[in-house]
Amino acid sequence: MTVSARAHAVVLALALLALLALPVFAEKFYVQFAAKIIIMAILAMSLDLLLGYTGLVSFGHAAFYGVAGYTLAMATPQYQAANFWTSFPLAIGVSALAALAIGFFVVRTQGIYFIMVTLAFAQMLFFLFYDTKIAGGNDGIYIDARPVAKLGEWQPFNLDNFAHVYFLALFFLVAVYLLLRMLLRSPFGRVIAGIRVNEQRMRSLGFPTFRYKLACFVIAGAIAGIAGYLSAVQFGVVNPEMLGWHLSAAVMMMVILGGMGTLTGPVIGAAVWMLLELGFQSLPAAAGIDLGKHWHLFMGGFIVLATLWLPQGLIGLVTGAFKGKAAALKDEA
Amino acid sequence: MDFHTFLIQLLNGVQYGLLLFLVSSGLTLVFGIMGIINVAHGSFYMIGAYLAWSLTGQLGNFWIALPAGIALAVIIGLALELTLIRKLYERNHLYQVLLTYGLILVFEELRSILWGDDVRGINIPPLLDTSIALTETMTYPVYRLWISAVCVAVAGLMYWVIQHTRLGMMIRAGSANREMVQSLGINIQLLYRVVFAAGITLAALAGMIAAPVSTVFPGMGNQILIICFVVVVIGGMGSVKGALVASLLIGLVDTFGKVLHLEIGGLKLLPELSSMTVYLLMAAILLWRPEGIFGAKP
Amino acid sequence: MDEPPPDVPALCTRGLTRHFGGLAAVREVSLECRMREVHAVIGPNGAGKTTLINMLSGDLAPSGGAVLLNGQDITGLDAHRISRLGVARSYQKTNVFLPFTVFENCRLAAQSRLKSSMRFFRPALANRAVNDAAGRALAAAGLEGRAGTPVAALSHGEQRQVEIAMTLATAPSVLLLDEPLAGMGAEESQRIVELLQRLAAQHAILLVEHDMDAVFAVADVLTVMVNGSILESGTPEQIRSSRAVQEAYLGTEEVLHE
Repeated sequence: MTVSARAHAVVLALALLALLALPVFAEKFYVQFAAKIIIMAILAMSLDLLLGYTGLVSFGHAAFYGVAGYTLAMATPQYQAANFWTSFPLAIGVSALAALAIGFFVVRTQGIYFIMVTLAFAQMLFFLFYDTKIAGGNDGIYIDARPVAKLGEWQPFNLDNFAHVYFLALFFLVAVYLLLRMLLRSPFGRVIAGIRVNEQRMRSLGFPTFRYKLACFVIAGAIAGIAGYLSAVQFGVVNPEMLGWHLSAAVMMMVILGGMGTLTGPVIGAAVWMLLELGFQSLPAAAGIDLGKHWHLFMGGFIVLATLWLPQGLIGLVTGAFKGKAAALKDEA
Repeated sequence: MDFHTFLIQLLNGVQYGLLLFLVSSGLTLVFGIMGIINVAHGSFYMIGAYLAWSLTGQLGNFWIALPAGIALAVIIGLALELTLIRKLYERNHLYQVLLTYGLILVFEELRSILWGDDVRGINIPPLLDTSIALTETMTYPVYRLWISAVCVAVAGLMYWVIQHTRLGMMIRAGSANREMVQSLGINIQLLYRVVFAAGITLAALAGMIAAPVSTVFPGMGNQILIICFVVVVIGGMGSVKGALVASLLIGLVDTFGKVLHLEIGGLKLLPELSSMTVYLLMAAILLWRPEGIFGAKP
Repeated sequence: MDEPPPDVPALCTRGLTRHFGGLAAVREVSLECRMREVHAVIGPNGAGKTTLINMLSGDLAPSGGAVLLNGQDITGLDAHRISRLGVARSYQKTNVFLPFTVFENCRLAAQSRLKSSMRFFRPALANRAVNDAAGRALAAAGLEGRAGTPVAALSHGEQRQVEIAMTLATAPSVLLLDEPLAGMGAEESQRIVELLQRLAAQHAILLVEHDMDAVFAVADVLTVMVNGSILESGTPEQIRSSRAVQEAYLGTEEVLHE
């Protein structure tokens, strides 16, 4: 392993240790906030698979997150708890299916059209949940009882315990990270890397690129579903905003902010984004205006500036700094 | 459906389609000529509507508010292009989308701070607040006919400018080959500024004239943006002709979808799922011609 | 790909035509390319040579006419289908994966020959057969020392070599080469000419080229295209001595000896 790869692994290991130890030292609020960040990180990693690794700019990715959450809500009988071991695979399956159905249409398109149709189809799903009575309309659905993880007599964790929810989310964060790493090194992963760089050449070499892009879209949708399920578990409520484009755009920003085309970038981006959100929402009033209420203003301003000044994201900033330092050291030698 | 209802829905559908065309033509022009996707385009529709409400309230007259609003929109457009939009040339679409999305948030909150979050309404200007008799028993609001007339007039004006003026020639040349136009001494920067300002003014104008007959509410910009995307996907990005055809198609499908009754095998499709009709239309076009009816083949 | 019966050409076109708007870029082109034969297509710029190759490789759909591979109609098939049938194509404008290393470019090309790349678990680099195929293609194109270099860092001539290596890595029977020598120096060109002579022993090669020395060194059959149509077709000697060809394209003795 090269020096930088070793350093990278050490940093990751330390971070994981810190995350494992968090519930021991921190209060409930912070643990829950950390869980929220982890869930967003999973969602962001799934989008990065499309955005950074395949070059597919999906503007409606939150739809698959929301669909999984709604699946849990609708699979939960009234006043009773669903079973984790059945509802979880079901929710992921529904997300994957939704991604397959939508992907079948949108993966045909290129460039700007892809961005627009992913948004349009996601909005279609949003309005389906918002306007109709299928699932509680714009109020959403409350999940009265969190799913129970019982298999016969064995119950490995209790989702009413906020620390258990945190650890479950952390488990999936690590699992998804490892899954994506494996995927990206596989023959499939090399094909989608090639598609991002030069799709036309890939077709010329004999690869039927449509089915690889579609497969990628479905995988990303399924992983988004994991995040959506966990979110529904944590908050106990689902609403149409989970499918909305504000969330889709936020997730895109998390990926860009952290550095797209990397696996840790989206995780960092999610953390930074959620912290910024919290920060802006906590702003006091000034000049007679409740700044905290209008936190979207600052978020929007931040997005504009970040897009202009941080095109490579924070990771790009750091690696750029390292490269600069290495070059400077070379000069001195 | 009887003939009277059909005629009214037809007129409504055409009016909605024409209004949609007014908004989406701005979006498609900016993309076709400048290569920039501006997702904040819908926000200007909203800004136009709120401007109409605010200026009518302050100036007391819709007919003074209208030109004032247009002038303000032009100024905002020019200023925006000068400061931010020019940084988006040559950038890939992802960054254009994100930066302009940031602008959506900014505009939304500014609107919230300036004018609040309540739903507003404007009265139809008294001059046009009558109905015209179409048949012996049926009348139709004159104001709605006026909206359609304005849209047609603007479309005609756009066609004339682009096809028969020097400015139009420069625009067409600039969209085909930017470097060559620059080397010919034409100030492409200024050209783009004008095109962008025109584009968003079209959206703002649509918002202003639509305000008296539709509700003025915070989410109206986002709502119309999505439909604009559908228009542009169906019609072909960069094609004004495509935007017109697609807008009318969507206007009619959406309007009739809301009043027809369709039940297949016990499943109630229309009007219950009428909001899905335009998306299904888009899906069908994607299967047949992913680049849009008049779009350039990749 | 099985070898066709001796009489059937590996690749042939019948009346192949392509319009762009009102303009006919390629007009009623019928030619044959046989196994173990190098068929060179020459002509002035704008003669329609690249459009012809685009139609053979599936990058462009013909407006009319037919393309047959071993007697089988492949007209209008997608590029990826035609590639899987054993037809490989190199591009006039270098069309490689710039951020990847030379080896990865060839490896990806070789990977295309797997039955399916929908494999998610084992690393791609663990496939020895694919790696070996890539290595062989690399060596054949003369790029042994550059395997680990990102293609973006290579010289133009070396990038053209990668272009050719990728074509070879897909183990084709038919090679469609669009100006492989474009922008190459004398030494590199010589190396590629020798490579072509070796390849001709086991492939059917359709070659578009401007470098007349190379063309006359390797070609068994020459076709001259002018304004989208075939002006004349025949052996190198026939073409060289043809009056019509000299007037239209080769011009005076000077061009022949460039």
